[in-house]
Amino acid sequence: MGMQAFLDIFDIYLLEAVINGILLGGVLALLALGLNLIFGVIDVTWICYAELVMIGMYAMYFMVQYYGVSYFVAAPLTILLVAVLGAALHYLVIAPLLTAPPINQLLATGGVLFVLQSFATVAFGIDFRNLGIRLPVLAFGDMNFSYARLLSFLAALVGMVAVYLFMTRTFTGTAIRAISQDRQIMALMGVDTRRIYLITSAIGGGLAGLAACLLVLQYDVHPFVGLSFGPITFLICVLGGLGNFIGGFIAAFVFAEIISLGGLFSDLEWGYVLAFAFFIVMMFIRPAGLLARRR
Amino acid sequence: MMGQGRLAAWGMGLAALIALPFVYRDPYHLHILVLILIWSFAYTSWSMMGRFGLVSLGHGGFMGIGAYVTALLWNHLGLSPWIGIPISMAAAGALALIVGYPCFRFRITGHYFVLVTLALSGIVLQVITATRDYTGGSLGYTPNRASGNKLLALQFDDKTTWYLIALAVWLFGIVVWHLVDRSMARYALEAISEDEDAAAAAGVDVTAEKLKITLLSALMTALAGAIYCQYQMFITPDTVSGIAVSLQMVFAAIVGGLFVSLGPTVGAIITILLAETLRIGFGTKAVGWDNLVYGVLLVLFIIFLPKGILGSLLDRLKPQRKVSRAHEQEAVQIARPGA
Repeated sequence: MGMQAFLDIFDIYLLEAVINGILLGGVLALLALGLNLIFGVIDVTWICYAELVMIGMYAMYFMVQYYGVSYFVAAPLTILLVAVLGAALHYLVIAPLLTAPPINQLLATGGVLFVLQSFATVAFGIDFRNLGIRLPVLAFGDMNFSYARLLSFLAALVGMVAVYLFMTRTFTGTAIRAISQDRQIMALMGVDTRRIYLITSAIGGGLAGLAACLLVLQYDVHPFVGLSFGPITFLICVLGGLGNFIGGFIAAFVFAEIISLGGLFSDLEWGYVLAFAFFIVMMFIRPAGLLARRR
Repeated sequence: MMGQGRLAAWGMGLAALIALPFVYRDPYHLHILVLILIWSFAYTSWSMMGRFGLVSLGHGGFMGIGAYVTALLWNHLGLSPWIGIPISMAAAGALALIVGYPCFRFRITGHYFVLVTLALSGIVLQVITATRDYTGGSLGYTPNRASGNKLLALQFDDKTTWYLIALAVWLFGIVVWHLVDRSMARYALEAISEDEDAAAAAGVDVTAEKLKITLLSALMTALAGAIYCQYQMFITPDTVSGIAVSLQMVFAAIVGGLFVSLGPTVGAIITILLAETLRIGFGTKAVGWDNLVYGVLLVLFIIFLPKGILGSLLDRLKPQRKVSRAHEQEAVQIARPGA
């Protein structure tokens, strides 16, 4: 009798963790998409990607909490702000280094990581801040889901579909995809690569901005918040294959499930550790990424 | 081969460095010197593999393991650092092999390798934070003060002793750098960094060579972490592990110059003096400003002086060496996956 009750509860928790994992996966997939886009098109890895999200989260916090702007007005402004930041990052840091060895581009974005973290420390202090919006909890049977997570998941899906439509239905999107296939030839075809790089960087930044609007609903913001989901985003991109959008999408959900189920048994940090262990094992099985084409 | 003149210069420089603390005793300046020597050793350890195009951002993880394992064994099991340090180095080495083997065996290079190692240092930070019941989490950790034998506990109060220890460790790092520089492994690794397939075809065991240098680099980095912990007697996850520490190592090595033995040391001198000057200049009321300026300077450095200060200086002094150093441009290139 007691054993049966225990199993019932356990199953409910397990199902709840599985569904929460799917919901978490949406935001991770959004982050992975932004990073993959930048890598696929410009052949640069933005190490400071999670720090752009952090700046976006602060923007949301100040607009909503400090100036009383409505969440739904603040969100588009934040997306715009981080998109401009992404374009500025490309224009100021990446563009002068486009012909330099790739390691220098990578390290320069690492320097930007330092700059953004210390800028946030200087400007906003090291306190943890939150939006103060407490969204209701959805009770579904005996399971509880946070409304914020559901909303994030849906918004992340909408964001990804929008990027997909942009990439397949517009001329600029087609040019972006073409450049990721052959960097040299597109200039000869009359496409202004510099313009395309700037647009891609802005889209990548915009995705980070969208992720910031969603993450700020669930997590407190502080200058080092990027460190708690930056590494996992990198793992997702590598496992999915850098520049491979579908691979990144699948990997995001796999990792989110591991983190969520791992967190069921212990702290969230141990979920990350499990995810890393899984990643190492996967490297033995599928070294070139989940969906790699065999050479 | 090292000429008589250069050997004499090294000998005199070293004699002067050993004599220094007996002549000059300002504790603050000695403290800065000890820090420079310990970090120089860490940066040299990183550049052991970095100079062959193996750009690791996981060394913060190895350093964290060196520091935390040594301190934890001392506090919880009463194990002397003389035993604890080898154990912590073995732990870092084992982790390096576990992560390195699949990377090298399956040709994970370039951006992929950087991101995997980056995640490694992030995960070590998470583990230290998650095991806060033992490690103190992000609040930091202090090894217990020794009640008995100071030598057995590797805890010394005077700066002179620490200066000499740090000097010995730093010299050890430079000697290992030169040993690798003259070994067959160097030629194998340079061949690998230029073209893996060609090197393999020429009979180089690519996986084994890369693993050996990674293991050596990880062991030395863990030692640096342990020595840092014993000297400072206080460690936090942020100061000895994580992405920031890894990036700091790469920056310093790049700033000083990757391809010369004293490059990382010059990098340590410049970055630590810069950080210290900024810290004092801005004072305690402006927390974060020093790092902000530091970060901006690093980005400018990479854009305008990518070969590092010492590297660029040496290039200017000896233009004829440029021919033989041509591979270095290639060595730092990250191979495009699929290219």
